[in-house]
Amino acid sequence: MGNPMRIRASLTGDTVEVKVLMRHDMETGLRKDAAGALIPALFIKNLVAKHKDKVVLDANFGPSVSKDPFLSFKFKGGAAGDKVSITWTDTAGDSRTDEASIT
Amino acid sequence: MITKTIRASVLALLATGATGAAIAADKGPTALEMISKDFRSKGPATLERVLAQDEAQQLCSAYPMQRSAKINAQIEASQTKTIKYPADGVYLGKWQEGEKVAQSGRGMQSSDAVGAPNGGNCYACHQISKQEISFGNIGPSLYQYGKLRGNSEAVLKYTWAKIYNAQAFTACSNMPRFGHNGVLTEAQIKDVMALLLDPASPANQ
Amino acid sequence: MNHKLLALAGALALAQAMVHAQTSSTDEIAKYRQMLADGNPAELWEMRGEELWKTKAGPNQVSLERCDLGLGPGVVKGAYVTLPRYFKDVNKVMDLEARLVYCRTTLQGLTQAEATQTPFGSTAKQSTIEALVAYITSESRGMKMAAPTGHPLEKQAYEDGKKLFYLRGGSHDFACATCHSADGKRIRLQELPNILNPANAQMAYTTWPAYRVSQGEVRTMQHRLNDCYRQQRFPEPVYASDALTALTMFLAKNAEGGVYAAPALKR
Repeated sequence: MGNPMRIRASLTGDTVEVKVLMRHDMETGLRKDAAGALIPALFIKNLVAKHKDKVVLDANFGPSVSKDPFLSFKFKGGAAGDKVSITWTDTAGDSRTDEASIT
Repeated sequence: MITKTIRASVLALLATGATGAAIAADKGPTALEMISKDFRSKGPATLERVLAQDEAQQLCSAYPMQRSAKINAQIEASQTKTIKYPADGVYLGKWQEGEKVAQSGRGMQSSDAVGAPNGGNCYACHQISKQEISFGNIGPSLYQYGKLRGNSEAVLKYTWAKIYNAQAFTACSNMPRFGHNGVLTEAQIKDVMALLLDPASPANQ
Repeated sequence: MNHKLLALAGALALAQAMVHAQTSSTDEIAKYRQMLADGNPAELWEMRGEELWKTKAGPNQVSLERCDLGLGPGVVKGAYVTLPRYFKDVNKVMDLEARLVYCRTTLQGLTQAEATQTPFGSTAKQSTIEALVAYITSESRGMKMAAPTGHPLEKQAYEDGKKLFYLRGGSHDFACATCHSADGKRIRLQELPNILNPANAQMAYTTWPAYRVSQGEVRTMQHRLNDCYRQQRFPEPVYASDALTALTMFLAKNAEGGVYAAPALKR
């Protein structure tokens, strides 16, 4: 189970803005350690955001996304109190799901 | 450790009630006592070196912001005596190497290897070439240093001395005493001289 | 005549371009900081720290909720802005990290080595200390810096810190004052706070700890001081030692009245 995320979802007018902070090393596989050996790649490869049961964002991440990624996106059709859930999966098969209510 | 003669002269100066704001003495430990107790040697950054404060460091610690003309003169005179000009009389090396020395901030840190070559880190404090826009402002701009002053014997000697021991000219200068403290080798100083004074150097374009 | 005028105009344009390039670099850095401020990863350390504070640990299997940070056992809100301070139970002045070590050893029963383990985290090794500090300091956000100096030992700590601030030594003859005692200075393009200028001191002190983008970690004041001394060409200070507490007291007192804004975000 990956590290906990921080999710904030706020409604303004008819648009919900979601901000997600993820704790992940996002190793590209190109860095070398002090001894000169390559540090193996380990990064989030997919992220799915749901509003209740509906997928509102399906994203492929890659090694160009930096460590401890911050994601911000907007969608329409959400109401205060609704659940927004985020799930990420990484190249090692590890995943993490967290949710927050729209305020 | 501080030699008896240096301590005596420093104490004499402090006793004459030299003007300039001094750090007040109090009941607590001295700064060096705190360093001795709570710091550990690591790599080239040794406890012994810091504890072996010389006269300039002692006086500049005691009177950090300003000091009397007498103390300033005392420091500048003693520092002038330390300057060693190049034995072969050749002042200029290669500006390309000088630029490398100016760009490198490594050397003498607890994270550096013992015996590894030191950089001068000149760009940390000075503007030098036109192209390098990442420069500090703790020291004056050295852009067009040679262009504005020429290459006379006087300029060569002054510039050498300034790099070797800046406190020969300005007591308690913020600039490290690159030659006297053994931070840069004679060859490296010659290269930095070339960066400043060679007409072909990017500093003078 | 025309040649000279053209040359002069060219030189002026160049000079202006250089100044502009320099100003726009620092402006761009400021814009970058604003953009990043929205999603500060430090919040993840705060979350982890809060959990660690409330978790039973050590041979004594107690949580840190009984730790007295100066405002009473378990009181975290507002504690950081009153540190460093004198603690009667140890009869000495302690800063936050020294006090945390004390609570972890006396309350939880950890050894000194265990309590001071991994003060500076890395990709390979997470730091418990950095998370705890992130949480505790976040509970002082918005409050004014008010490190006390009423007690004689608090006054002494301030004076001791001042002595260290002005101490010139080592291969480069650097003191803290070499870089931090004048307005408007910078190393390369990194602006330097003048610790003797209250406004600068406030801005500097109230933004530590911080998530450092260049390191990908939350870094505490102990790390900042450790890194300063490294670049000063000084030997390494012992983690949470009295010397660093004294220096922290000097900095905290100079930052008095500053509104605490950390954990923040830095390059």
